[in-house]
Amino acid sequence: MALEILRAESVSQAAGTLAGDDRAHFLAGGTFLVRAVTTGDGAIRKLVLADGLGLDRIALGDTVTIGSAVTMAEVAREPRLAYLAPVAESIGGPAVRNMATVGGNLFARSPYGDFTVALLALGAAVVSETLDGEEIADLEVFLRDGPKRGGIVRSVRFTAPPAGAFSYLKVTRKHPHGASVLSIAALLPKTADKATGVRVAYGAMAPRPMRARAVEAALEGKVLDAAAINAAAEVAAEGTAPEDDPQASAWYRRTVLPVHLRRLLSGDAH
Amino acid sequence: MAKLPLVFTVNGVEQAELVEPGSLLVDVIRDKLGLTGTRVGCGQGTCGACTVLINGEPTLSCLTLAVRTNEQEVTTIEGIATNGALHPLQRAFAERFATQCGFCTAGMIIAAKALLDRNANPGRDDVIDAISGNICRCTGYEPIVNAILAAASDMRAAKSA
Repeated sequence: MALEILRAESVSQAAGTLAGDDRAHFLAGGTFLVRAVTTGDGAIRKLVLADGLGLDRIALGDTVTIGSAVTMAEVAREPRLAYLAPVAESIGGPAVRNMATVGGNLFARSPYGDFTVALLALGAAVVSETLDGEEIADLEVFLRDGPKRGGIVRSVRFTAPPAGAFSYLKVTRKHPHGASVLSIAALLPKTADKATGVRVAYGAMAPRPMRARAVEAALEGKVLDAAAINAAAEVAAEGTAPEDDPQASAWYRRTVLPVHLRRLLSGDAH
Repeated sequence: MAKLPLVFTVNGVEQAELVEPGSLLVDVIRDKLGLTGTRVGCGQGTCGACTVLINGEPTLSCLTLAVRTNEQEVTTIEGIATNGALHPLQRAFAERFATQCGFCTAGMIIAAKALLDRNANPGRDDVIDAISGNICRCTGYEPIVNAILAAASDMRAAKSA
């Protein structure tokens, strides 16, 4: 492989290298990028290593900040991120989890990217280093527009959810771990028994992780009883654009989505 | 581009090599060091056959750039026997029919070793999770899971003896 491997002194220096060369990429875990190189993606000629740039830290408080080079294994090991452990542990096997990073997951396409699904439900923001300095984007905007030219993700940041308000479900054909038939993450904080500030996100129901806005609207301000859950399940597939792949057909994904959404909302998720 | 120096420890022995910048760890292990126990299955991080330990953590050597293991400690299947005696996991795999064609075996044993190094008394689900990134197309997994549980039990018995 005629690859050039570069080490940067700082994230901004790395951003400069990326901005100056379309074929330069920023390498964290390598589960996507090295695979792309190995399978012949000629558009990748230079890899700037994320090593030693301080992107592997987690800061905990009311606001949670997870560095882009933090691995799934590190998230799963952090006791104060216990609500995210089921998400991190649903990705790959142990070896993949030791390599795959939070930052890399933001760039995953269907059927991957389950961690990003969770971050969408948590209302995360993406902190990037760009040629113009630090930039903070809502994750949904980041997923739609992509990173700025030369931009490098430093971290993701979100408000820690109230206890018990976050839930997650992933459906796979291979057990216990595999690529998603679909995944669902939901943030359902409750005020006087009513769900307020509802956020629901899907994985593998579109080319990139997406928010389920119709479901959110159906649940907002409601007590999560059978009527509310039925109303949400009815609009579950609204706005989705799943793909056919070896895990499932688009038709199958759309057909089973309401079943799994119903399970998640009624606390029956396996 | 010029080759890069790589100095790392493999199975307890320091190694120094000049490698292409884009060389994969698995290719250096197999082709430069001649340690061919580690297999390349899919080459895409899906099958787990290339699993090695880097600083004790299971890692896919087919997706790891060799230069990133500079000054790190790598353990392959060749490095887990002690003084010529097979590791209890190797023994259990051989005795309990946990290996058929053998292609996944090195990766399975390394993945299992990472588990047993951390958890001496794993349950069946722990074992299934530990090898969940390793594909076996022969055994149906049951003999592998049983062999890992048996090795764990052998190791506990040897420790308390």
